[in-house]
Amino acid sequence: MKSLAELEAIRQKVSHGVNMRKDDHATRIVVGMATCGIAAGARPVMNAFVEEIAKRNLEHVSVVQTGCIGMCRLEPIVEVMVPGEEKVTYIKMTPEKAQKVVAEHIVNGRPVKEYIVGEND
Amino acid sequence: MKEISLHILDIMQNSVTANADLIELIVIEDEENDILSFSVKDNGKGMSEELLASVTDPFTTGRTTRKVGLGIPLLKHACELTGGGISIKSKLGEGTLITASFVYSNIDRQPLGNMSETMHQLITSFEDVDFIYSHKVGDKEFFVDTREFKKILGGVSFKENSVSLWILEYLKEGEAELYN
Ligand SMILES: Nc1ncnc2c1ncn2[C@@H]1O[C@H](COP(=O)(O)OP(=O)(O)OP(=O)(O)O)[C@@H](O)[C@H]1O
Ligand SMILES: [Mg+2]
Repeated sequence: MKSLAELEAIRQKVSHGVNMRKDDHATRIVVGMATCGIAAGARPVMNAFVEEIAKRNLEHVSVVQTGCIGMCRLEPIVEVMVPGEEKVTYIKMTPEKAQKVVAEHIVNGRPVKEYIVGEND
Repeated sequence: MKEISLHILDIMQNSVTANADLIELIVIEDEENDILSFSVKDNGKGMSEELLASVTDPFTTGRTTRKVGLGIPLLKHACELTGGGISIKSKLGEGTLITASFVYSNIDRQPLGNMSETMHQLITSFEDVDFIYSHKVGDKEFFVDTREFKKILGGVSFKENSVSLWILEYLKEGEAELYN
């Protein structure tokens, strides 16, 4: 069983690191989580991003949620903002696609073209 | 919604939007009395009597990107499909209490779904909000008060990779234990 003592141990380890907080100039992954997003499956998508990033222990990447992005039928929608690059908007996301976006876009710097919102949407 | 836990996530987001900094969730699975219920209590800005009276109408929304509010009407519909219902109490400046109940054995009742993912998402996304969570199944209870986590962490963020993963595992284990 996980215990609160374990959390204490984690705190000690983490606070020994130099940079405790994720900085503001980091890559941001924004997931639309209004009712429309949640109904379309945004929760497991956001969870996949959070878990993938935590497991790879990527620093300077934050996953945040936002309200309705205004294109409800394309949900789940995810925006990826890498500092110094144009914002990329992914549509109709799934947890599997989220893992691929982390591996290809976040880690290797190559946006996954097939999932990006297109002219015809 | 595919799962009741998605309604819960959605209703708790309303509390966050209403600027609550303490949100209390109670989930009760009472198979013996054939009821599954949850309640969300917050200390957010509350609703006026007028808003409260119209809030189950999908054309009531505070949002600007879309003209209809869906969260509460969807929940009401899901409850009523099973023979249950919702009740909302709210006072301007004090907070809101929403209770939803479902008939447990009804074929239209959605599964409760993934509560650990729902709570993890809320806890790590809204660090300024304190969450109290109680989940009862029969006579077992899983209880979490995020103020305890904060006390131990002393300023280390819930978003910190190792902390975030620990919270997720803690929630998963606590949930699994309820059904053992
Ligand atoms: N906990 C709360 N505290 C204060 N006001 C609330 C609360 N929950 C709901 N409301 C009010 O009721 C309105 C309708 O809520 P509802 O969840 O149905 O739709 P919404 O949040 O506006 O949009 P959606 O849920 O579709 O993204 C909200 O816009 C808000 O004004
Ligand atoms: Mg809502």
